[in-house]
Amino acid sequence: MAAMTTTPRQKVGWGTANFVVIALALIPVLWLVSLSFKTPAAVLDPSFIPASWTWGNYDQILSSSQFIRPLINSIGIGLIATLVAVVLASMAAYAVARLRFPGKSVLIGMALLIAIFPQIALVTPLFNIERALGLFNTWPGLIIPYIAFGLPLGIYTLSAFFREIPWELEKAAKVDGATPFQAFIRVIAPLAAPGMVTTAILVFLACWNDFLFAISFTSTISSRTAPAAMEYFSGSSQFTVPTGPIAAAAVVITIPIIIFVLFFQRRIVAGLTSGAVKG
Amino acid sequence: MAEIVLDHITKRFPDGSLAVNDFNLDIADGEFVILVGPSGCGKSTTLNMIAGLEDITSGELRIGGQVVNNKSPKDRDIAMVFQSYALYPHMSVRQNMGFALKLAKTPQNVINDKVEEAARILDLIPYLDRKPANLSGGQRQRVAMGRAIVRDPAAFLMDEPLSNLDAKLRVQTRTEVSRLQRRLGTTMVYVTHDQTEALTLGDRVAVMRAGVVQQAASPKELYDRPVNLFVAGFIGSPAMNFLSGTLEEGMLRTSLGDFRLSDRLRHEVEASGTGRDVIVGLRPENFEDAALVSADNRPHGITFRASIDVYESLGSDVFVYFTRELGRGVNSAELQELAADAGRVDSGGTGETIAARLDAATRIGEGQDAELWVDARAIHIFDPASGRNLSLADDDGGAVAVQAAPDRTDAGEPQAPTQHAAGSGGIQAVPGQAGPPGEAT
Repeated sequence: MAAMTTTPRQKVGWGTANFVVIALALIPVLWLVSLSFKTPAAVLDPSFIPASWTWGNYDQILSSSQFIRPLINSIGIGLIATLVAVVLASMAAYAVARLRFPGKSVLIGMALLIAIFPQIALVTPLFNIERALGLFNTWPGLIIPYIAFGLPLGIYTLSAFFREIPWELEKAAKVDGATPFQAFIRVIAPLAAPGMVTTAILVFLACWNDFLFAISFTSTISSRTAPAAMEYFSGSSQFTVPTGPIAAAAVVITIPIIIFVLFFQRRIVAGLTSGAVKG
Repeated sequence: MAEIVLDHITKRFPDGSLAVNDFNLDIADGEFVILVGPSGCGKSTTLNMIAGLEDITSGELRIGGQVVNNKSPKDRDIAMVFQSYALYPHMSVRQNMGFALKLAKTPQNVINDKVEEAARILDLIPYLDRKPANLSGGQRQRVAMGRAIVRDPAAFLMDEPLSNLDAKLRVQTRTEVSRLQRRLGTTMVYVTHDQTEALTLGDRVAVMRAGVVQQAASPKELYDRPVNLFVAGFIGSPAMNFLSGTLEEGMLRTSLGDFRLSDRLRHEVEASGTGRDVIVGLRPENFEDAALVSADNRPHGITFRASIDVYESLGSDVFVYFTRELGRGVNSAELQELAADAGRVDSGGTGETIAARLDAATRIGEGQDAELWVDARAIHIFDPASGRNLSLADDDGGAVAVQAAPDRTDAGEPQAPTQHAAGSGGIQAVPGQAGPPGEAT
């Protein structure tokens, strides 16, 4: 254990390194926050702390349906896509982790293929497909592609978690009188909960942050999501760049993510499977 | 409560390998049956088939008179304790034990009563609200047992439930399992690879090898009358010693000395078409320090000299090990398998080393050239090709060795031939090394 103790010098070294990394990551965010509180006239003011604070930008975006409606779209589309993707992915991942079936390696390969395919290459064909099917500018028009791209990620993450769960637990549940579905819902799924939450966060982030599909497959605020809607913000006059409102909107859409992650962080970290079997 | 009947049960895995071959066993209501064998012998597969966790390829499984081949585990009314305990880590001890009842939609107050009662039996009351992660190994094991007993099932299935406990706790828990089974009177099928557990716990023990039941009998029967080399070598610790022997003119010549065969045993051996080479089996406790053998007993065996390589004192007994040439006869697949089975190689039973258990009063020490005595009455003779125990057929007649016959109390069958004639006995010491056989009685 002697080797594990850190000298004061090491502490200072690590402290400095940590500070630099955190500062590099946080300064742009803080700059965004700072911008969101500046008046339109002060946007070009290079000082970090606004000379005069204003809630004007927030008032403007939160009172405008141009932002509120897309925000609701973002939340709705993101949650539905996440829910469906996690449910489907956990079933698929369970099968991948536990069962032997023909075409398993093909399935895994296909999932990987989807995950690495450049999305920009798919925008045009998907656009045509969605128009032909009448999905263009609808919630499903975004939900379905989000699920498709969320699934490979989910299957990969969750199958790793399922592999960790001792198979004997499932046998025990069966002997205890559970149907396979009950065994999955009451024993396996609760144990894979950290994995499901991790997957849910990753899929939700991907949906929430997506700009490419959101801008391509929507045309009105009825289905446009927040990141895309910010593109359509207008300044106070035709010739003003709406920097302040965009910064305020960016801050607003960051908050749910922070809450989401903080809320579930404890569950992600906790190893739930300890104590199932000896050791 | 129910009897379990395994009727020609066979399990073939999809890759074609045969895990269990034609398994037949009638387990009576309330009986404690042990399946024992080296790893990979199909004992766990058999248990899983009874539980319904593995499909049965062919044959019929009946629990309580009902064919359950195609029933799912939940419809078989059995409870199982797993080697790893398989406790649900996200549930408290109370929830773990009540899970099966909850799935069966039992009212909550009934669940509580049953769980508390089981917890009382198993001393788990203080831990009911803990999670498995916060329990010791022994406590987890008891929770696993508790989960089984709250259900009051037709039968308990146990898959090496003690193998994860340390040695001291294992012995203690073994007694508890035995007491519990007697108290509940529920049919129990118990899988283990530990022959000591098998002998101490079971009403009946089925020894398995490569998917085939070798012998299913009471522990005493298995120990005294093993049907073949495998059972003989597997049951008992340290294991039975095996030597090659040659039949010559009614004599059994071994590297320890010559034994005289009875006419009947000789006929039996000849009738089996074995040829002249046989394998001789002697248990460690059949040996004794020649100096400690009473004059009465001496004629029942032969004495020989051996150079003691290793001396181990357990306080109550002394084990000595010496080497003897194995001879060409001792080379059967069963013996090789036994030797390969971990833990038995160094017990010395099947190698060239012969283990002998002596009385603690012996003065024999390491490195000495000692005079030992071996009891000829307990000798087993095996066919090297089939592994069959040839001395059993004769045993049915009442005697392995003529001298032993009058002492045997377990066989009340006609013993007339053995009573009066020395020559009609099974095996006896060669005159010259021991007194005239006729005087023995």
